[in-house]
Amino acid sequence: MMDELNKLSLAEARDALKRGDVTSVELTESCLGAIEGSGALNAFVHKTPEIAMERARAADERLQTGDAPAMCGLPIGIKDLFCTKGVPGQAGSRILQGFVPEYESTVTQNLADAGAVMLGKLNMDEFAMGSSNETSVYGNAVNPWRRSGDDAQLTPGGSSGGSAAAVAADLCLAATGTDTGGSIRQPAAFTGTVGVKPTYGRCSRWGIVAFACSLDQAGPMTKSVRDSAIMLGAMAGHDPKDSTSADLAVPDFEGMLTGDIKGKTIGIPREYRMEGMPAEIEKLWSDGADMLRDAGAKIVDISLPHTKYALPVYYVLAPAEASSNLARYDGVRYGHRAKLAQGDGINEMYEKTRAEGFGHEVQRRAMIGTYVLSAGFYDAYYNRARKVRTLIKRDFETVFADGVDAILAPATPSAAFGLGEMKDADPVQMYLNDVFTVTVNLAGLPGVTVPTGLDGQGLPLGLQVIGRPWEEGEMLNAAFALERAAGFVAKPEKWW
Amino acid sequence: MLDLTYEAPKPKTIAGAKHDWELVIGLEVHAQISSKAKLFSGASTEFGAEPNSNVSFIDAAMPGMLPVINEYCVEQAVRTGLGLNAQINLWSAFDRKNYFYPDLPQGYQISQLYHPIVGEGEVLVDIAPGVARLVRIERIHIEQDAGKSIHDMDPNMSFVDLNRTGVALMEIVSRPDIRGPEEAAAFVTKLRQIMRYLGTCDGNMQSGSLRADVNLSICRPGAYEKYQETQDFSHLGTRCEIKNMNSMRFIQQAIEVEARRQIAIVEAGGEVEQETRLFDPDKGETRSMRSKEEAHDYRYFPDPDLLPLELEQAWVDEIKASLPELPDAKKARFMGDYGLTEYDASVLTADVESAAYFEAVAKGRDGKMAANWVINELFGRLRKESHPIAESPVSPAQLGGIIDLIQKGDISGKIAKDLFEIVYTDGGDPAQIVVDRGMKQVTDTGAIEAAVDKIIAENPAQVAKAKDNPRLAGWFVGQVMKATGGKANPKVVNQLVSQKLAE
Repeated sequence: MMDELNKLSLAEARDALKRGDVTSVELTESCLGAIEGSGALNAFVHKTPEIAMERARAADERLQTGDAPAMCGLPIGIKDLFCTKGVPGQAGSRILQGFVPEYESTVTQNLADAGAVMLGKLNMDEFAMGSSNETSVYGNAVNPWRRSGDDAQLTPGGSSGGSAAAVAADLCLAATGTDTGGSIRQPAAFTGTVGVKPTYGRCSRWGIVAFACSLDQAGPMTKSVRDSAIMLGAMAGHDPKDSTSADLAVPDFEGMLTGDIKGKTIGIPREYRMEGMPAEIEKLWSDGADMLRDAGAKIVDISLPHTKYALPVYYVLAPAEASSNLARYDGVRYGHRAKLAQGDGINEMYEKTRAEGFGHEVQRRAMIGTYVLSAGFYDAYYNRARKVRTLIKRDFETVFADGVDAILAPATPSAAFGLGEMKDADPVQMYLNDVFTVTVNLAGLPGVTVPTGLDGQGLPLGLQVIGRPWEEGEMLNAAFALERAAGFVAKPEKWW
Repeated sequence: MLDLTYEAPKPKTIAGAKHDWELVIGLEVHAQISSKAKLFSGASTEFGAEPNSNVSFIDAAMPGMLPVINEYCVEQAVRTGLGLNAQINLWSAFDRKNYFYPDLPQGYQISQLYHPIVGEGEVLVDIAPGVARLVRIERIHIEQDAGKSIHDMDPNMSFVDLNRTGVALMEIVSRPDIRGPEEAAAFVTKLRQIMRYLGTCDGNMQSGSLRADVNLSICRPGAYEKYQETQDFSHLGTRCEIKNMNSMRFIQQAIEVEARRQIAIVEAGGEVEQETRLFDPDKGETRSMRSKEEAHDYRYFPDPDLLPLELEQAWVDEIKASLPELPDAKKARFMGDYGLTEYDASVLTADVESAAYFEAVAKGRDGKMAANWVINELFGRLRKESHPIAESPVSPAQLGGIIDLIQKGDISGKIAKDLFEIVYTDGGDPAQIVVDRGMKQVTDTGAIEAAVDKIIAENPAQVAKAKDNPRLAGWFVGQVMKATGGKANPKVVNQLVSQKLAE
């Protein structure tokens, strides 16, 4: 038996399983062991070892009969936003305390059907609202990376911070995430992992607790681009239960990873060169462009003129949808209900339940959303934001029509920051984390972040490749070329 | 087909203490789409099921659940739109109407505010023969129904039944073209009739399949005409909305009392406040539910879980081609083809089953006679026992058989009524019954003549009177009929009696 099986990538483990070098039970036990010792990371908030072992044994049987689907026997973690049948799911919120769904989200069902082994549920910002994992009812997850020579705890990013921390710390081979404004890509960049936000409609949203329906997408968070290709293939697919799910065949993403990007045109959007951008990020970005050029791609400057409106548009539209999506958490049917005083009526029940059940960031967004949708403000905020969203989308359509195959941009404005560092900051400071990622959600495009370097303090930095709609394969191939050229192999030193 | 022309009815006038007032009414009718499954979930819509038994995860708004449109419901809304001669919008979209209430699990109702599936149409509302009001339809949209809150089962708790939650409704919105309580009820009746013809709504008001909100304002005579010319609402009074009435009677009562309330306010120098009111049938009054200030801000916005509804013209055309003959056309055809009066044609076309029954009877027979028998004898008899036409013990073939026997002269009209009663209660073939029971009428002139002679001979005093007053001939006819057990052919008897009396 190999050592430290939990450190394998999906592809390595898959191949080892197929060769019979390891069993899924061994892999799963290795991950469960790693999880046991990872309390300090606070990544797993609900462990499901029984389910894991049961599925691992079933996977081993399938492997023996030669009937092994794409993810057969591979142990993964699931973001707490996904409903998984019979397993508590709280979306990181107090208001869903005690909630155990009686249904399985389409994406986790697809993964289960592909033979994946679920290890447990992963920490996240409450209702996926946050960029640092600090809004979670479970307390924040912790980034396994530390600045060199510094014990300060860093954020794994958010909202899929638990997923990113778990993958980076080898607690699982891969994890699911969801991305509404950058919630997969930002934490992936903060933890030196690969995260994919697929084209809107590629993965079903059914059974995933909604944050902002027109922006939410599930995606894989993995140790390599190849792993993301494998896992995305298993997660994706048309779902009649989600009206916004695309009725398109899922290509063989892994098969498209040739690393050959000769003749491809990669756009560098000039509007992403923000004022005050750290030199390190700027260098990372131009190095990335050089790598792609060296691999045979044509690098062109492009303009996405409405980029500067993306963040404000996002912070109107996402809270608007969220304020409506959160209305169902009212204490009537499931989850938390406040203790009522004698004489309290239904309004008191709503007010007390929601005041106790929702954290501050969720309350803030519910209030922003309610405000921008209210009579008299609807046109000035919500409707205008919708119109600008169309313009942002058109920006991308224009450059793609001009022959650009993919776009290269930074993933985040900085490396992982310290937990608590932003505590007293203006909330807008936190929102700025999404500046490079929200455009992709607004335009419904696929995006992937790939670690390509370390900053001066030894923390990973990532670049983002944005693809044409439904061209995740081509996008991943560009990311694959970048990954190969960057040769990023650093791992966090184990301290937990 | 006859091209019928109608006069518009006079608007209802209510005399106030100072002036006469007219009413201006617009209705919002909520019609439950006849569908086995709910609008966005697969759950059943069966009425009267155990509380909370027809509830899917979607209806209960469990986390992560998503709506998927029920295509059948869309088709029914399109059918309804076509039945009301309305514009079908090939592009429509769903919006969320946000408000908190325990019987609304999502915290929003999925509806269509900005882009309804059906646009402008019109309905001809029959008031009386030759009199009808053309009411414009502003729009029809599809939306989810809410559940039911139950407040009277426990002193300290309220209960919620989600069986209705998510059931598909059509909201049919009229223009303010209705001018009185009777017209309002007639409008709802006509809508119900058309939807029942179309099969898109069962129209059952008791089970809540059909409910109406009334928008009502009052104005001085002449003001409405100015509104009509300009479509400028400032000519009309401030309107109040009376919510959720589930009977024709309540609709009329509510309009009546609300109009009087508004008149009293205005005549006392006050102003009507725009607000939502509820009708209390027990107290016979409307009560304020919420004022304009308290009005909900529903924060409507496009539902991001649903794609816009895009219909193909060919699909709409297919539905159009499959529409049944609708009440107005059927009525005109009955008048034209069978020579019926508008009244009779209206009665017979009130519902599809009656019309079909009539046509089966009338086929190859005299239409007017068939109409008389269906309306007077059959409907009269069915009404006595509250039987719907579908449960008629007399089939069209049987009733047709009875009519045939009259036409052939085998039985008289009077005997036919006895025969009808026998067929109604015992069943059987009318012709056979007539033979078996010896009901065939006597047309043998000799036998009848003998009977007439006998009566005349026995009643010389009456004969003398009848010579002066020919109307007394009826008495002799009656006596002859009595003597022949009603089987004598009345025509022949009449003829012979007048002949003999004249001798």
